Amino acid sequence: MNLLTVVLALPLASFLIALLLPRSSPQASRMWALVSSVATFAASLGLLAWFDRGFAGEQFLLDVPWVTSPNIHFAISANGISLWLVILSTLLTPLCVLISWNSIQARVKEFFAFLLLLEFGLVGVFIAQDLFLFFVFWEFSLVPMYFLIGIWGHERRIYAAVKFFLYTMAGSMLMLTAIIYLYNRTGTFSYPAILDMLLSGQLRLAPVEQMLLFLAFFVAFAIKVPLFPLHTWLPDAHVEAPTAGSVMLASVMLKMGCYGILHFCLPLFPAASRTCAPWIVVLAIIGIIYGALVAMVQPNMKKLVAYSSVSHLGFVVLGIFTFTQMGLDGAVYQMLNHGISTGALFIGVGLLYDRRHSLEIKDYGGVATAAPWLSTMFMITMLASIGLPVLNNFVGEFLVLQGTAVANYTWTVYASIGVILSACYMLWMYQRVFFGELGPEVRSHMPDMKLREWAAVVPLIVMMFWMGVYSQSFLPPVGKVNARVLGQTQVNVPFRVELAPVKRAEVARAR
Amino acid sequence: MQLWLIPILPLAGFFINGVFGRRFSKSLVSTVAVGSVVLAFAWALRVILALGDLNSAYTEHYFTWIQSGFVNIGCDMAVDRLTVVMLMVVTGIGSLIHIYAIGYMAHEHGPNFGGFYRFFAYLNLFMFFMLTLVLAANFLLLFVGWEGVGLCSYLLIGFYFDKKFATNAGNKAFIVNRIGDFGFSLAIFLIMVNFKSLDFATVFQQAPGASEATLTTIGLLLLVGACGKSAQLPLYVWLPDAMAGPTPVSALIHAATMVTAGVYMCARSWPIYVHAPEAMHAIALIGIATAFFAATIGLAQNDIKKVFAYSTVSQLGYMFVGVGCGAFSAGIYHLMTHAFFKALLFLGSGSVIHALSGEQDLRNMGGLRTKIPWTFWTMLCAALAISGFPFTSGFFSKDAILIAAHGYAPWMFWLGVVTAGMTAFYVFRAMFLAFFGTYRGREHPHESPPVMYLPLVVLAALSLGGGFIKIPVFLDKFFPTGEVPEDSTLMAISVAFGLGGIALAYLMYVLKPSMADSFADSVKGLYTLVYNKYFVDEIYDAAVVRPVVGGSRAVLWKTVDAGFIDGMVNGVGTLSRGVGDVLRRMQSGNIRSYASWVLLGCVTVIGAVLFFLGGVR
Amino acid sequence: MAEVPVSWFLTLSAVLFVLGVSGFLFRRNIITVFMSIELMLNAVNLTFITFAYQLKQVNGHLFAFFVMVVAAAEATVGLAIILTVFKNRSTLNIDDVNSMKN
Repeated sequence: MNLLTVVLALPLASFLIALLLPRSSPQASRMWALVSSVATFAASLGLLAWFDRGFAGEQFLLDVPWVTSPNIHFAISANGISLWLVILSTLLTPLCVLISWNSIQARVKEFFAFLLLLEFGLVGVFIAQDLFLFFVFWEFSLVPMYFLIGIWGHERRIYAAVKFFLYTMAGSMLMLTAIIYLYNRTGTFSYPAILDMLLSGQLRLAPVEQMLLFLAFFVAFAIKVPLFPLHTWLPDAHVEAPTAGSVMLASVMLKMGCYGILHFCLPLFPAASRTCAPWIVVLAIIGIIYGALVAMVQPNMKKLVAYSSVSHLGFVVLGIFTFTQMGLDGAVYQMLNHGISTGALFIGVGLLYDRRHSLEIKDYGGVATAAPWLSTMFMITMLASIGLPVLNNFVGEFLVLQGTAVANYTWTVYASIGVILSACYMLWMYQRVFFGELGPEVRSHMPDMKLREWAAVVPLIVMMFWMGVYSQSFLPPVGKVNARVLGQTQVNVPFRVELAPVKRAEVARAR
Repeated sequence: MQLWLIPILPLAGFFINGVFGRRFSKSLVSTVAVGSVVLAFAWALRVILALGDLNSAYTEHYFTWIQSGFVNIGCDMAVDRLTVVMLMVVTGIGSLIHIYAIGYMAHEHGPNFGGFYRFFAYLNLFMFFMLTLVLAANFLLLFVGWEGVGLCSYLLIGFYFDKKFATNAGNKAFIVNRIGDFGFSLAIFLIMVNFKSLDFATVFQQAPGASEATLTTIGLLLLVGACGKSAQLPLYVWLPDAMAGPTPVSALIHAATMVTAGVYMCARSWPIYVHAPEAMHAIALIGIATAFFAATIGLAQNDIKKVFAYSTVSQLGYMFVGVGCGAFSAGIYHLMTHAFFKALLFLGSGSVIHALSGEQDLRNMGGLRTKIPWTFWTMLCAALAISGFPFTSGFFSKDAILIAAHGYAPWMFWLGVVTAGMTAFYVFRAMFLAFFGTYRGREHPHESPPVMYLPLVVLAALSLGGGFIKIPVFLDKFFPTGEVPEDSTLMAISVAFGLGGIALAYLMYVLKPSMADSFADSVKGLYTLVYNKYFVDEIYDAAVVRPVVGGSRAVLWKTVDAGFIDGMVNGVGTLSRGVGDVLRRMQSGNIRSYASWVLLGCVTVIGAVLFFLGGVR
Repeated sequence: MAEVPVSWFLTLSAVLFVLGVSGFLFRRNIITVFMSIELMLNAVNLTFITFAYQLKQVNGHLFAFFVMVVAAAEATVGLAIILTVFKNRSTLNIDDVNSMKN
């Protein structure tokens, strides 16, 4: 039992207690959700305090047998990357509670209970070290999100929820197959143990084997990221989800995919990752430009932000597959940045929706006159999102592109086009929503920020500046882990050279 | 020496006014805003005086900003002789324009997000970023300032955000600048790849060792960035539209300081450029082309601010010519004098607009000479300076550039003097249309308050006498690229062209006012072309904006995304539902039918065993 | 005393089982269906006992007891359900009790 276990257990316990609260008093559910999620956040800050920043390996280890046959362990631990992702999840949950305070009026108790359950699943994904346990959390986190979209969403919520669920499931099944295959080869689900076998040469995967396993894992993660062309579930899910759902989905759930690629794909299948890297980079760059261009013409604010996520996460994937320290650091930083700034964007859109009850850009105009502070906060968020220096995204994008430039300068040229386009779609949207003449519809529906809303937005704004100005608070632990991961991807590199001839030999044998 | 105080002071002003400004009185807002900038000026002065002759750069390191792999970027600031010039220009002119703005914006009430304090907050924020840009000791910190001033420019151009044309102009400025920044950031990445550092000191020390191809690529990419920020061909289109902002903004950002950042950056990167002669050549070519091209458009504009906007583009072209010809100090010299006289021209035109309660069209002015004498006389000083009238500031700096151009390529000199003639013509055309003849407008003109015309007087003094601040001498240690020789023949030629331009304007707009119209009629096609700015905006719109937006909507979104990819996804869904629909019929929910299936299955299995395997035994 | 051949028991069991199956398949009265199921269970029981007797092993007896216990439990729960259904629907025709479908 250690602090990490507490951070994982708290949301689950809060969820169970939330179920016991009387349905007749929604206020009690809200208060409980707020109090318990803030407590979880505090506990995760404790994690930060005890974390040894000088150590690149896994910390807060806990490993207890769970199921004896097959040999499944309840093994959790955190490293410099998952630590930040856990904190991101625990930070955003209380903020989501705050913004859902009044906008959720039906089945309040269940809503907040699901939110807490979601937090449990998300935290679990980032700290599970047993492949089976990881898979359990991975699937588990789908369930509350499915209900959040399906019950509290907008008109086409069922379609979106089912699409979201099936899309992700399709990938997960491939991953499950790969996990079971690995278990059959090694007799263990323990990720560190499998890694040790690989590093010590005890486990040798034939190139074809490695490639297939890599693809099985990668497709599951790429759907979650989402990488072009597997992204079409995202806009639907975002548009239909309630604000809190969109925030958690964009800010944390998409990171599950990125984290998975970084944490599992690269160390487990280094040769396959390097072989596929050029193709994946091409997809990532297409995603960056394509997402931005499609975002530009969206008439719906949430869809616009959703496509912008496709573009932003293209940077993350690009950074990872440059196999440079800067690229990896930038990718992780960009994961956190996207969590903060896109979360804040969705919160901003949610605040507008709470007032005007529309997501269509054309229903707005002149908001800056009616609600200046809301517009200011949205402006800062937007600027963060388009990568203005001093704000967080700039640091991430710079590192990713710098890493890309080291790996292959031509890629940088194409990827940088995305930076131009991001300004286009965001500024255009901002102009149409916030600037212009104030119409009567907007005027009567647009009070400025309330205290509760300030409380939800200010932490994110503070983080944007902090991460943009002083990245040294965040980057060193990340860099240590990435250096280790990079080292692991070097291990089988000579092996990669064999890949092509062996493949041909196999084909010949098959004939 | 606490260099950080210089930019932080305006930032503090921004925070105070931005957060509490709504509750402050106007005088408190302006005290905070002006005070912070004047303090920055004073502190900069103190720093410069304390640092002595500054033969080498003085650097301060504050904290590590980004550290990853071999990337190690600090928040470092440095002062050298080039920085000194820029610091003085930015804080000095900035202070004057802040003071002027108190009067100019006095009638600003705005909607409930009141105009007055918002204006000063933005202006202070601009000062913060501009000073960061100037003080930065590495490329990335310079880029911070670079993007930051772009942001402030966007905010201030779109200051009247309920007007669509203003916010359109703001977006255009930001996006066109982003295209430039695209080049600049690519240059930064390339520098980092090649030199493993972004610190000016390290990079410039290693620059001679790099291959010429690399340096040329870096130089050209930096030039793309500079073209965006300094409004050069082909990215100049945002600057004329940027006049939608309040006039002090046009003076401070779009004439004196921000738009010169590109020139500053190119001059700062001189150790790269001197080893990349082709990149230098590109700078000179773009400069001279822009100078000439923008001047022709300036000839036919009727909006007083548009005239000066095109003039700014043209003058920036001169600075690029100077930098491109290797006369870096002449470029910076002209940057400084231009800051004096162009700020004055804009502030003066602001004073005219203020006097006429918002009228900007030259055709509705005239005869204002006696009605607003302070404005007239001060503006006249600036007009003389920009025309290169002997011994005014513009005379020295422009001639330094033209002589350097003659040494580089004589045809550039001749194009330059023709441009100088046109410059003198259109500036005096504007002067004569506004101040001479009879008054053609309806508003009752009134002179501006002293808080507005006193800065004008200071700037007028600088425009006239600024040429005696010998920047080339001050900078020749910094740019050891050889001095520009004096050449009285060439000087005489350029002065002659300038005076000729003034005389022609006097002839056409004062002596025989009908002559201008008849001349325009006689070259109608050309006049229409120039009047409409060569239809460049329309061409960009048709060639770039529409295809991208339309293509994204029709092809990428509706066809590829919703049609193809999502069609496939939904197709898989429909297919499996279809299959399921067939199979569903077996699952009737009727237990007895299930039992029948079971029975049937048993019989089949037993039958098969008996038939094929010949019994169980 | 001559032993009754095992095949006789098995034949009887098969006959009983087929009777049970046909009753299950073709009768609509829920009570009859229920009795048919009991009949099938008992047919299987008979088979178990037969083999246990033939192979001189106790397992078959054990299984028979298990089946009887399950059958008793099933009868209890099943009859309770039938009573409730009859109370609510006033019918014992199983084809009419289909409100869970679709």
